[in-house]
Parts: sequence; C-alpha cells; structure tokens
Amino acid sequence: METTTTSLLDVRADFPIMSREIDGRPLVYLDSAATSQKPTPVIEAMDRYYRHSNANVHRGVYRLAQEATDLFEGARERVAAFTGGQTETTIFTRNATEAINLVAYAWGREHVGPGDVVLITQLEHHSNIVPWQLLCQETGAELRYLDVADDGTLSLDQLDEELAGGRVKLAAFAHVSNVLGTINPVAEMAARVRAAGATSLVDGSQGVPQLPVDVGAIDADFYAWTGHKALGPTGIGVLHGRREVLEAMRPFLGGGDMIRTVDFQESTWNDLPWKFEAGTSMIAEGVGLGAAVDYLSGLGMERVRAHEHQLTAYALERLADIETLRVIGPPDADGRGGVISFELGGVHPHDVAELLDRDNVCIRAGHHCAMPLMRRLGVPATARASFGPYNTRADVDALVDSLGRARDLFGES
Amino acid sequence: MDDLYRDYILEHYKRPRNFGELLPHDLEAHDHNPLCGDEMGVHIRVEDGKIAELRFHGQGCAISQAAASIASEEYVGMPLDELPALDGDWLIELLGIPISATRRKCALLNLKVMRGAVTGDASWP
Repeated sequence: METTTTSLLDVRADFPIMSREIDGRPLVYLDSAATSQKPTPVIEAMDRYYRHSNANVHRGVYRLAQEATDLFEGARERVAAFTGGQTETTIFTRNATEAINLVAYAWGREHVGPGDVVLITQLEHHSNIVPWQLLCQETGAELRYLDVADDGTLSLDQLDEELAGGRVKLAAFAHVSNVLGTINPVAEMAARVRAAGATSLVDGSQGVPQLPVDVGAIDADFYAWTGHKALGPTGIGVLHGRREVLEAMRPFLGGGDMIRTVDFQESTWNDLPWKFEAGTSMIAEGVGLGAAVDYLSGLGMERVRAHEHQLTAYALERLADIETLRVIGPPDADGRGGVISFELGGVHPHDVAELLDRDNVCIRAGHHCAMPLMRRLGVPATARASFGPYNTRADVDALVDSLGRARDLFGES
Repeated sequence: MDDLYRDYILEHYKRPRNFGELLPHDLEAHDHNPLCGDEMGVHIRVEDGKIAELRFHGQGCAISQAAASIASEEYVGMPLDELPALDGDWLIELLGIPISATRRKCALLNLKVMRGAVTGDASWP
C-alpha cells in the first residue's frame, strides 16, 4: 500500500523539455519506453564537445584529437562501469537493434546451421525477433518461442524443456518487456542456457534505464541496450559481450578503425572493442551517453527503480478505479518495470492517445513493435504509459483524469 | 465539443451503418493498417453495374470505423466505374472533421478496400 504522498525523486527541473508548454499547459510525458527525455548535463556535454573538443578519435597526434579520444574512451569506461561490464568488452553500436544484428551476423552466421534452434520469447520487441528470422531463413535453423502466460510471465520449465531438446544454439530474451513491463529472471535464464551448452543474449533496452544492471552478475554471453532510452542521445547503443566469445568472432562491419593492418587481399583486426566499431565512431553521442550514466549514477539506480516502482504502484491503484479499463501484464508493480499497457473499453488505443494529447498527456498507442505479442494477447493494439525519473504522481493524476474524460466522451450519445 | 470526435462521428462509430458480412457477394477485399492495427474488409453485391449493397467488417479506431460507416451510405447506388475517381480529399470533405496527417490513413482505409475490391489494385493511395 502506498503511504507516501510525494515522489522519491524530484528531478523534473533537470530536464529542459519539461518546462515546455503546449497550448499554455505543461507536458505530461509518459512515453519513456519509446525514448527518454534528456537532462541538462547530457545536452551540455554534447554541446561542449562540439564547441570545444571536436576532432576525430584514435588517429590524430595533435592535442585536440587526443582530447576527443580521451572524452570518447573515458565515456566508454564509465558506461562499462555503470552496467558492471569491462571496458574492452563494451562495444558501441548505433542502437540496441544494431547490437543484436551484430551478434546475429558476426556470431550467428558462424555458429548456427540447419537443424539448430534459435529460441526467443513471445514478448520480444521486433528488434529481437527479425534479426533471428533472417538468420534462420539463411541458415535453415528453426526459430522457436517461449510462451507468455496471461500474467505476462515466461516459464522457466518451458525453457528447460526447450534446452533439453539439445538443438538450441542461441537463446535471446528481453530483460524487461516494453509492452507488459515484465521483468524476466535473466540471470537464471542465462545460467540455464549456458548449462545446456548454448549461447545467450539479453535485450536490455528497457532494463538499463530503470533497473540496477550488473552484466557481470547476469552473466549472459551478450547484453545489448540503447542510449536514448537511458537519458542519453539517439544514435548510440551498447553491446556487452563475453571476452572469449568476442575474441573468437569475425568482425561485423569492415572499414576504418576496426583493422590493425590492411593488405591488398586481406586484413588483420584491431583489439576489442574496436574490432567491432568500423568507421568513425559516434563520438558526441558517446560523450553524451557518458554524461547520461554519470547523471543516473548520481541519482542511484536503486532510487530510480524505487521511484518508478512507486509511480507504477500508484498508477495501477488509480487505474483500477476506472471500471472499463483493463491493465495488461503482471498484476502488481513488483514484477514489472515502469510501463503499463492497458485497454479502455470501447475506445480504440489510437483514440485514447489522441484524446490524451488534448491534455498534453503523451502516451503510446499501437503494437509497440511487438506484433507477435499483440497476436498472443488477442488485441490489435494497446495504449501504453511508461515512466522515467522525471515523472511525478501529478503526471499519474493527469493520466487518470484525462482517461476519465476520454471514457466520458465515448460513453455519451 | 471535440473538433474531431463530433457527435455524429461517435454515433457512426458506435452504431456503424452497413457493417457485417454479405453472403453471397460479387466483390471483396481486405486490408489493414499495420501501424495501428486497424483492419477492414468489404463485401459488395453488384447489380446493373452499380453497388447494390455492401458490408464493411473489421476493427479499428473511431475515425476508421466512422469513416467507413459514413462513406458506405455514399457508396450504395454508385456505378462501379465512378469509384476509381474518388480520392482522399473527397472522403475527408465528406467526414467534415480536421484529419491530421497521422490519422489520414485511418480515415482512408475504407476507400482503400473499396478501390481494392472494385479495381483489384491494393496499392492506393
């Protein structure tokens, strides 16, 4: 039961966009699962980099180039430390999607063949489905799914059954569902996958922004996430990999920076992590992500989780008062992250989102890049509210009030 | 009163005209808008080169469903060869509400399936 009346975190003022008004009214941003807003230190770090320190990294002998390199590689060290990873096995990609594709191409094409199984789950985002479909279509492997129960959870027993079949080469699963909010027991899942001799990948896109994450403790072979959902800029993602696996892999993209030597017919590869970072890096974005993890570390991820847990519990409590509203996914806040999908009886999710926008309440409506999950749930689409560190109980109140108005409008006539 | 969700839009959404299945029928088509999950099919019975009867079916937002209902009353009695001349602006004007770029696909879905059924070309618009 909620006893406190104020939010744990009070950081709205750190986010410049939160002072934005539309039609003279404040913004109620409840779409952080799609992308987060950015705090001033992130915006300033990127601005300062371009105004003050911009040069290409890893090459120049002049001091400015060394400064840019130090900023970029310093950010990598802090990003790795933030998630409990090692600097050399923390690879920068364009986003989580590219990180997963990197594994599907550079690892998958070497290790997956006809008759093998790639195992994923029904609650995955398209970015953790389509790369495996492509891999299976090319190699003749079979793509199999773990079911999602009605309460939004996966079954470890079913995982064991699939692994016992002996054909699973790789298992890939989300840390936190972007639709249901389900927090999956990824450390336990990764351990069972390894015990069965298979390789594991965790899609941490929704995990890193809202939970304390220690990729060393989770101990999956790969852990992918994206910067822009974790208060950082767009255009930068992260792949953490197990060193032995990364060292044995062929490169993903070829080009500058990822090589040690280039001869007319063949090349040798750079050390980790640069072997997987072809071309000029997203330097400003890396610097921005470094500032984002500094900011989150300053808040403390335990507090971020507690804050969003409190908001989610409060929202579930208040949404239960709307009699025509049905929440989809885990019934309480303990088993879910700060995301709530719901249906409002008689009102299509797109109409819900459009009507809430009248009150500057920004939510997502649609399939949330999880069409197989929509089919499993038997709904064409859902409405989804999701939280970030900057949200407050007042935002939840605005959501509930606005939903009430939407219900009333459609309830009339 | 809401500019978009006017009383007659909500009325058509809740009690759509010409909805259901039509068996037997002469023409049919089905399409969907994957972005929002709207889907719509149509059954058409033809008599003397005209649309004698039709039924829409499917599910979607208030705009897509109300637009189909309102337009269905125009389609009945229309010569088949007039249908390909109907465009998006015709439909938006018929609805009489401000349709944003993001909702245009919702509003036009019924015309898309009608044109698909009559011309066999599912690529419009």
